[in-house]
Amino acid sequence: MEPAEIFPHSGGVIGVSWLMIALPLLGAAILLLGGRRTDRWGHFLGVAMSLASFVVGVLTFVELLGLGEEQRRRVVELFEFIPGMVNMGLLVDPLSISFVLLITGVGSLIHIYSIGYMSHDPGRRRFFAYLNLFVAAMLLLVLADNYVGMFIGWEGVGLASYLLIGFWQHKPSAATAAQKAFIVNRVGDFGLLVAMFLIWTTFGSFAYGPVLGAAGDANVPATAIGLLLLLGACGKSAQLPLQSWLLDAMEGPTPVSALIHAATMVTAGVYLIVRSGAFFQAAPTAQLVVTIVGVATLLAGAIIGTAKDDIKKALAGSTMSQIGYMVLAAGLGPIGYAFAIAHLITHGFFKASMFLGAGSVMHAMNDEVDMRKYGGLASVMKVTWATFGLGYLAIIGFPLLSGYWTKDGIIEAAMEHSPILGWLAVIGAGLTGFYMSRVFFMTFHGKRRWAEDAHPHESPAVMTWPLILLSIGSVFGGAFLIVGNRFMTFLSPAVGAPEEPLGFHPFSVPGITTLVLVAIGAGYAWTKYGRSEVPAVAPRGSFLTTFARRDLYGDALNESLFMRPGQWLTRLAVFFDNRGVDGLVNGLAAGIGGSSGRLRRIQTGFARSYALSMLFGAAVVAGALLLVGNL
Amino acid sequence: MTTHYLVLSALLFSIGAVGVLVRRNAIVVFMCVELMLNACNLAFVTFARQHGNLDGQIIAFFVMVVAAAEVVVGLAIIVTIFRTRRSASVDDANLLKY
Amino acid sequence: MGETITFWVLAVVSVSAALGLVFSRKAVYCALMLGVVMFSLAVLYAVQDAPFLAAVQIIVYTGAVMMLFLFVLMLVGVDSSDSLVETIRGQRFWALVAGLAFAALVGLAIGNTIVGPAAGLAGATQAAGGNVPALAQLIFSRYVFAFEVASALLITAALGAMVLAHRERVRPKPTQKELARARFFSGYAPSLPGPGTYARNNAIDMPALLPDGSVSRLSVNRVIARHDVDDDHFPEDAKLADAIRQAVEEEGK
Repeated sequence: MEPAEIFPHSGGVIGVSWLMIALPLLGAAILLLGGRRTDRWGHFLGVAMSLASFVVGVLTFVELLGLGEEQRRRVVELFEFIPGMVNMGLLVDPLSISFVLLITGVGSLIHIYSIGYMSHDPGRRRFFAYLNLFVAAMLLLVLADNYVGMFIGWEGVGLASYLLIGFWQHKPSAATAAQKAFIVNRVGDFGLLVAMFLIWTTFGSFAYGPVLGAAGDANVPATAIGLLLLLGACGKSAQLPLQSWLLDAMEGPTPVSALIHAATMVTAGVYLIVRSGAFFQAAPTAQLVVTIVGVATLLAGAIIGTAKDDIKKALAGSTMSQIGYMVLAAGLGPIGYAFAIAHLITHGFFKASMFLGAGSVMHAMNDEVDMRKYGGLASVMKVTWATFGLGYLAIIGFPLLSGYWTKDGIIEAAMEHSPILGWLAVIGAGLTGFYMSRVFFMTFHGKRRWAEDAHPHESPAVMTWPLILLSIGSVFGGAFLIVGNRFMTFLSPAVGAPEEPLGFHPFSVPGITTLVLVAIGAGYAWTKYGRSEVPAVAPRGSFLTTFARRDLYGDALNESLFMRPGQWLTRLAVFFDNRGVDGLVNGLAAGIGGSSGRLRRIQTGFARSYALSMLFGAAVVAGALLLVGNL
Repeated sequence: MTTHYLVLSALLFSIGAVGVLVRRNAIVVFMCVELMLNACNLAFVTFARQHGNLDGQIIAFFVMVVAAAEVVVGLAIIVTIFRTRRSASVDDANLLKY
Repeated sequence: MGETITFWVLAVVSVSAALGLVFSRKAVYCALMLGVVMFSLAVLYAVQDAPFLAAVQIIVYTGAVMMLFLFVLMLVGVDSSDSLVETIRGQRFWALVAGLAFAALVGLAIGNTIVGPAAGLAGATQAAGGNVPALAQLIFSRYVFAFEVASALLITAALGAMVLAHRERVRPKPTQKELARARFFSGYAPSLPGPGTYARNNAIDMPALLPDGSVSRLSVNRVIARHDVDDDHFPEDAKLADAIRQAVEEEGK
């Protein structure tokens, strides 16, 4: 089934849906331009703007539901951005509204959480300004009706990510991590830009309607566009080969890691792939590459996650892995789109809940991140333990919690498509079971391995209530979306639907195998980390452990392939500039100076030497005239 | 025959030119200039004979007139300079050097 | 035939005299050499059917201009002579090179201009009835403007010479009374007689005597002293002879 037709819209809440973008943007502007004067109430303004955006989003969603199924793709014209090339507008359809609800809903909860988490930070007002900026940019990304608007939002979230990762600018590690994120993203942006150039030259337009409608035509370089879009998605979603920035991005404050690097920004790549599905369906090669990237990343993320002692880095590895699942599903075509987005939404809930829980733990343990110094926190932080636990169960795919529905849906869809992909995804699920259990047991169970001055206590209500609300989503979200193919039908006008919708078979071979592997993994983690002694210093481990600890040597590879040659190149250029160019210029100046210094000695001041030069000149003239033959 | 006169004229002119370059006494330099003028006169007279009209001689005559006037003024200048500086060397005016 | 001999003799003479002019140390010798050149040129003019010019060359050029040179030489210092040392490095060498190059090039250039036999001035002079009338006709017809301008030039030159050589008296001329007063107030002991009181000679070759009776070496005439030394013919007075010898020695240093 093809996606539905797009209708222009005016009036109603959908007509003012641009408020969703404008309000947080206004909040960011006020807080940044207002400066220290806004410090006392800045965070409240930030939360208010985010909640206002959420309210508009819900109202838009309700109005959209009021329309018939075939009428649910609406474009709101805004203004002419580039005359003759781009008309800016917003596309409100099931795909974008799903993202909107996720971004504004989870985003607002994280805003509220940050009031408490950043209460001791003098830069709190600036933090909320950047958060609002991020929300505005992300909403523009998902709501724009053309590739240029989406790109503006794409760059905006990149900027917000940079500002927020490097929020504690005085820390060199944070500043470096922010730069790394931005630069690696840039590589992906290059792919996206070249894809946009190809789109313009092929279709003469950037708008989704005309472009995607004609994506399947002959003479369209769909494979090239698809692969370039995939490159852009890899940069933003931290997929192989552009995954190196995500773990370093944990230098930012924990709410940032929760919102941007778990729930929303890193999912922008998946949005791009799903939105541009028409290209991938027209280019099976590109689709294959997408699935391979997805599977490779989900395994790589899982392996990295097993070896990290930093709780946030372990969760980051988990994020990388789960997005790998989403990318895998998106690469399967119409069968997988609904599962990819559904998993994206449920992942947003349980990952954000776990990150905020980790933040709560860090807050209690004086910002300590090493899990080897945690242990036995369950008794002291009950709410955090409960919400984190529910999120943990969701992510490993405990039956009936949200992750079970969505992740197993992906595994089944992958199995349909190609058994290899399916079984690799199953193995990934087993690994997920292991390393997430490791995190959970090391943190909340076992013996207390706290430092001398740690007095952990439960976090204040402003931090725990968002945790509770998020865990509701972790528990019920999956079932709500998948049972009865509810989400599939909702999403189909936006992305099309497969000929035969995939039924959910919980008792199939892959399903049972997944559960068994997860159980084994969790059990092994319990024996190693829950019951026995956890060494205070990480043991040396085998070659595989080192391999995983060093992020599968991703950084080392980047350094040797790109950074060192780049450094040599710049050093060569500097050398050439200093010696060559400067030498040339200075040499010229010195030459002129020296020669003029010597030449001026002709000016002796004596009339007789001038007379001598006159005589020489006369002789030369006579000779010249003789040569020419005039004499 | 005519060519010989012309070559002699050129030779005397060059000797005069070298003299201007080499001598330091202003009056002697002046005398070398006179030598050059005389050489030119010889060339003019020779050409008058060659072409068969007297224009060359007229020109030589006027050259003599002008040379006389020039000598008068030039020597007056040299005398004036000598009164103040008590030296007649042409190398004294050397302030415009590097 | 006669012309050829005349030419070659005079050519050698004039070139040697010109070289002598350039290379003489004493200025008066240079002037005399120049006179020789001018004389030979006058003869060459005469040989080339320019009798008027030959006469003018001798009377005006040699007679007036050269004499003027000699007068100024006397004024400026007849015994001054150039030192042989060249102050500007490489000047002599490069002057020689330039001079040779110039001579060669210009000689080549000028020497190649003649393409046919000389026309001779017989026709032109005969038409007018003589060299002088012919010249007069040309001056006062075709070249009358140049003639007028030349006369203006001469007047200007004369005026210019007067202006330049004039010494403006900035103070009134001191009278005898003022001179005497100045002499007395300058510390000059009036008991001794003034200079020249005891002089027994006022010939130019006799040096002056200082008040204490010794010979003033400054007053020894260099030229005559040199002649005396060269001829080994000294005055009888031993003091005078010594003074003359010493003056020549000092000058020789």
